[in-house]
Amino acid sequence: MQRKIRVLVAKPGLDGHDRGAKLISMALRDAGMEVMYTGLRQTPEAIVNAAIQEGVDAILLSCLSGAHDILFPEIMERLRAKEVADILVIGGGIIPNEDIPALKEAGIQEVFGPGTKTSEIIEFLRKKLGYSS
Amino acid sequence: MTKTFLTDSGIPIDSIYTPEHLEKISFDYHNDLGSPGSWPYTRGIDPEMYRTGQWIESVYMGFGSPEDCNKKLLNLLREGKAIGLHIAMDLPTQLGLDSDNLMASAEVGRVGVAIDSLKDMEILFENVDLRRLRYVGTPAFANGPIMLAMFIALGEKKGLALTDYAVNIANDSLKEFVSRGTYIFPPRAALKLTTDAIEYCAKNAPSWTPVHVHGGSLRDAGSTSIQEIGFGLAFLLAYVESTLERGLPVDDFAHTLSLRIYTDMDFFETVAKFRSARKIWAKLMRERFGAKKEKSLKLNLQIATSGASLTAQQPMNNIVRVTLQALAAVLGGGQKIRCAAMDEALSTPTEEALKIALRTQQIIFHESGVAKTVDPLGGSYYLEYLTKKMEEEAMAYIRKIDDKGGILPTLEQRFIQSEIEKASYKFQKEVEEGKRVVVGVNEYIEKEETHIKIIRRDPNVIKGQIEKLRILKKERDSDRVRETLSALKEMANHGENLVLPILDAVKAYATIGEITNMLKEVYGEYHEGSTIYR
Repeated sequence: MQRKIRVLVAKPGLDGHDRGAKLISMALRDAGMEVMYTGLRQTPEAIVNAAIQEGVDAILLSCLSGAHDILFPEIMERLRAKEVADILVIGGGIIPNEDIPALKEAGIQEVFGPGTKTSEIIEFLRKKLGYSS
Repeated sequence: MTKTFLTDSGIPIDSIYTPEHLEKISFDYHNDLGSPGSWPYTRGIDPEMYRTGQWIESVYMGFGSPEDCNKKLLNLLREGKAIGLHIAMDLPTQLGLDSDNLMASAEVGRVGVAIDSLKDMEILFENVDLRRLRYVGTPAFANGPIMLAMFIALGEKKGLALTDYAVNIANDSLKEFVSRGTYIFPPRAALKLTTDAIEYCAKNAPSWTPVHVHGGSLRDAGSTSIQEIGFGLAFLLAYVESTLERGLPVDDFAHTLSLRIYTDMDFFETVAKFRSARKIWAKLMRERFGAKKEKSLKLNLQIATSGASLTAQQPMNNIVRVTLQALAAVLGGGQKIRCAAMDEALSTPTEEALKIALRTQQIIFHESGVAKTVDPLGGSYYLEYLTKKMEEEAMAYIRKIDDKGGILPTLEQRFIQSEIEKASYKFQKEVEEGKRVVVGVNEYIEKEETHIKIIRRDPNVIKGQIEKLRILKKERDSDRVRETLSALKEMANHGENLVLPILDAVKAYATIGEITNMLKEVYGEYHEGSTIYR
């Protein structure tokens, strides 16, 4: 049996809207993954440390305040500095389409906007992490 | 098999409603409905409602630097119509972090205007006549007394008496532990600070609104409409109780409190929600708190169109959604109505989108004819049935919170949080399974490139704010800042009302960060832990 996928759901920055973060945490749990949700107002440093400590396969970042353009790339940089850039990172929240190329360039694998089905994200994680669905 | 129909909150809906439905729930004309402007206020808090004038049109705006925001504000006010103005402030301001704080740098000027000190308030409101606004304020969830003091000091600078203008702040600190998340201090201290503002206003500015509970953000977090009024009113009751503990008679302050809730997509349930909220409030004020004055029994409803119902997909459709919601707000008898801009699901609204949101209300008022009589839907078997049902179910939540020993133990047990999480997850599943159709999201999907103009943060805002802070700290009387801050700490340690000492610090140009840090030394900070889902 394959071991469970381990995921960190994180809220970087000061934004307090956590409906999406909690929803995806519950949906991933029900899909058989192990999920740790950081809670609000995490610094990029704290998120990277938590990811390393928990030995996660993937990090899901959620931000609705618009600060993704600074915070997401900073997290990617710190992951590289700690030599754990192999962790799969995806983003969600209110992210304008025109911002997505820059985030992908920074190493964010995919961005899922409002209205995304949770099943789509589950599928994406399983596929990218080499798990059959 | 016949199809079952449910309201958004899950109340089963029959194919037709008749007098028998009302009989079954013991509907009583005088006790359940009555006349507008009289007990139990189901039909409205005023006998003539909009026949004597339109509801207050509210605007929520604010972005970037105080300098830029002032220009936009003057532009908006140029039209001459007296509106109610809520200023959106950026997250660092809401959390008591100055713009030069490291945690602030990614967020300065982003979801609202950046305010660091009274200086920024003076810039933001330069040439704005506060007397010509129906009210002015800002949500200020965790730092209500600080923002209240800012608006008092601003009025003083403009030579106004407290009776010359009206301030309206949310100051709804406890709800932040459940949704929106802009808490600063632990719950007990948060409740104390909220109560300070209520007490100050009751004694000094009884026509101001020192609290409006933001039920709508419970909806944004995924609650049902029943939970929105059940929990929303429970928060409001907690503020009433804590103010009573200060020895203030209920009739001295009940009328200053307000409930801000959403008008939503389920049309009849929404209208019923407003009517039942008024009824619950009237009954609780009279029966639980022994309120005698009529004004204490009248729940002042500030209504906003629902943020969570707007879609990022095909955003022009949001104009239609907002129109339907605004109509429900008018038919439900709101005192203040704010229409969201069509682009709010994507970014801070553009000026053009804000204008359409105002015009929507004006078309309903002047053209649709629905405001010519009071509570025109009253007497509909369906609506009266729903109104009573929602009252019962919302009251069940209020009683559950009573049984748990009040709001603070309830928050500690995470009861409200987990009820909302369950509702939110259920809703999401229903959308994903296609049981709920959201146009443009799970049906009628189009491949599209949005043409909505996104407002970007000007990268110079943060530099400007930091530079202004540097100059401020050089020019202000630093002895006076030190004195007022240490006096504040002293008063906080003695459990005094903090509005006046905060006002002294504000007038000495202490920054919001400095004032907040002083309070953190006394009360500590609240941190949300991590959660394991397995």
